[in-house]
Amino acid sequence: MMDKLIFGRYIPGDSLIHRLDPRTKLIGAISFIIIIFLANNWISYLALIVFVLTAVKLSGINPKFFINGVKPLIWLILFTVILQILFTSGQTIWFRFGPIIISQEGLLNGVYIFFRFVLIIFMSTILTLTTMPLSLTDAIEFLLRPLNAVKVPVHEIALMLSIALRFVPTLMDETEKIMNAQRARGIDFGEGNIYEQMKSIVPLLIPLFVSSFNRAEELATAMEARGYKGGEGRTKYRQLSWETRDTSVMVAFGVLSVVLFLLRS
Amino acid sequence: MDIGFQDVGYTYQKGTPFESKAIYDINLSIKDGSFTAIVGHTGSGKSTVLQHLNALKKPTEGVVTIGDRVITRMSENKGLKSLRKKVGIVFQFPEAQLFEETVGKDIAFGPKNFGMTEKEGLEKARELLPVVGLDETFMERSPFDLSGGQMRRVAIAGVLAMEPEVLVLDEPTAGLDPQGRKEIMDMFHSLYKNKGLTIVLVTHQMDDVAAYADHMIVLGGGTVMKEGHPRDIFQETDWLTSMQLGVPSTVRFAHELEEKFKWTFDPLPLTTDDLARQIKEKLTSKGGERS
Repeated sequence: MMDKLIFGRYIPGDSLIHRLDPRTKLIGAISFIIIIFLANNWISYLALIVFVLTAVKLSGINPKFFINGVKPLIWLILFTVILQILFTSGQTIWFRFGPIIISQEGLLNGVYIFFRFVLIIFMSTILTLTTMPLSLTDAIEFLLRPLNAVKVPVHEIALMLSIALRFVPTLMDETEKIMNAQRARGIDFGEGNIYEQMKSIVPLLIPLFVSSFNRAEELATAMEARGYKGGEGRTKYRQLSWETRDTSVMVAFGVLSVVLFLLRS
Repeated sequence: MDIGFQDVGYTYQKGTPFESKAIYDINLSIKDGSFTAIVGHTGSGKSTVLQHLNALKKPTEGVVTIGDRVITRMSENKGLKSLRKKVGIVFQFPEAQLFEETVGKDIAFGPKNFGMTEKEGLEKARELLPVVGLDETFMERSPFDLSGGQMRRVAIAGVLAMEPEVLVLDEPTAGLDPQGRKEIMDMFHSLYKNKGLTIVLVTHQMDDVAAYADHMIVLGGGTVMKEGHPRDIFQETDWLTSMQLGVPSTVRFAHELEEKFKWTFDPLPLTTDDLARQIKEKLTSKGGERS
């Protein structure tokens, strides 16, 4: 069950996208989510699709991974698409059954929404598949740095993020171990009615909490034993460096926005 | 209850780019009433084999026979629960599975899942506490207030409470002090001797293998390298060392004596008593020769 989760899984590689600065990829992915709303006709969506597919190609990652990234969300997407189709009013009516009216505009809107979802998922999948989680937190720390001025503990937030990310695989292993132990004691996870299933979570959650708290305490002790005392004056092992290719990618996003602005109607 | 593996293999995440083969071509048999030791260094596939013993995992290749149940890739999940009652597994660091408010309730958790009432389960817990070396005063205590060794004993009692026919132990003494180690191993040995339990012990402690097991399976690189009586397998000291496994201290001691004094030990001594007896024999006979 757990090993099917694709989200947040880094796939090592040496493509252009892999080598980009994590800040570039993070800014790119966020700005993509904003500029995708500029598109409002099929030609502008076509431009977006071409842009995303080029990025997928450049990442050198098997497209199957991207499709897998969409799968868990497919019901949410279809639900939104259907709502969109049913509740968009329009002039050209294709089908009418009582209160249900399907118009050409509604259908078109549904298709647009579908592509908007898929493209955003593809773009964020590129970000997570090609960027090590630790690099990503470095990027977040850098981008949040201005908040230091208003006394936001940016370094601590970034540290918490990277510790959390670091322990995701550990927790998954732990979960599987405890599940096995409780299954060996006669629990069937994922069987029976809702009440039984909820009850079967307790023997899993309590040991997980206990071990997480123990682990956190041990980690804190180990960090203090090695002289950790917050972000002040701390230098970095992984230096971020901005290259020409990062500038080019930012320019590409700029061009995409302009193109979309011109193509939209 | 016999357990048998025929050409068993297991591949994690089959059909994905993350596919990895954990075990392959495993053939082994664990006879009813035996004390079997499974040894192998880290990554040899021990834990994967272990999870097949009560069908927590179904083989991706081959057939696992547990008693009269046959488990293959196609087997349904229905009815596996009764197998888990018959084959109890004490996982590594089993204290991680404790979760109830009191020790008694935690021990009764397994039996309740297999159809006992709360009262019968608690009765069972009261019975088992002395078996694992604790007493009745522990019944109402929280398992999280106990020491590591006591938690380990409660967790073991929780598995024994299901009254399994086969007891599988995954490094049950890891992290315990020498005294606790001996107590716990002796307890398992007496369950084997007096209650007729079939025991499967996964361990790195060759001394434990020598002292308790009558059957031994050596795993390496995901498959069975050797299967037989510990006495025969410990004969091949060099091979075991090349597998990063080593031999029991009695065997090592005997080998050193063999080298120094050109003695031969037959059969190889597996326990300290055995070793002492054989040395005494040799000394008395040798003493006669000198003069």
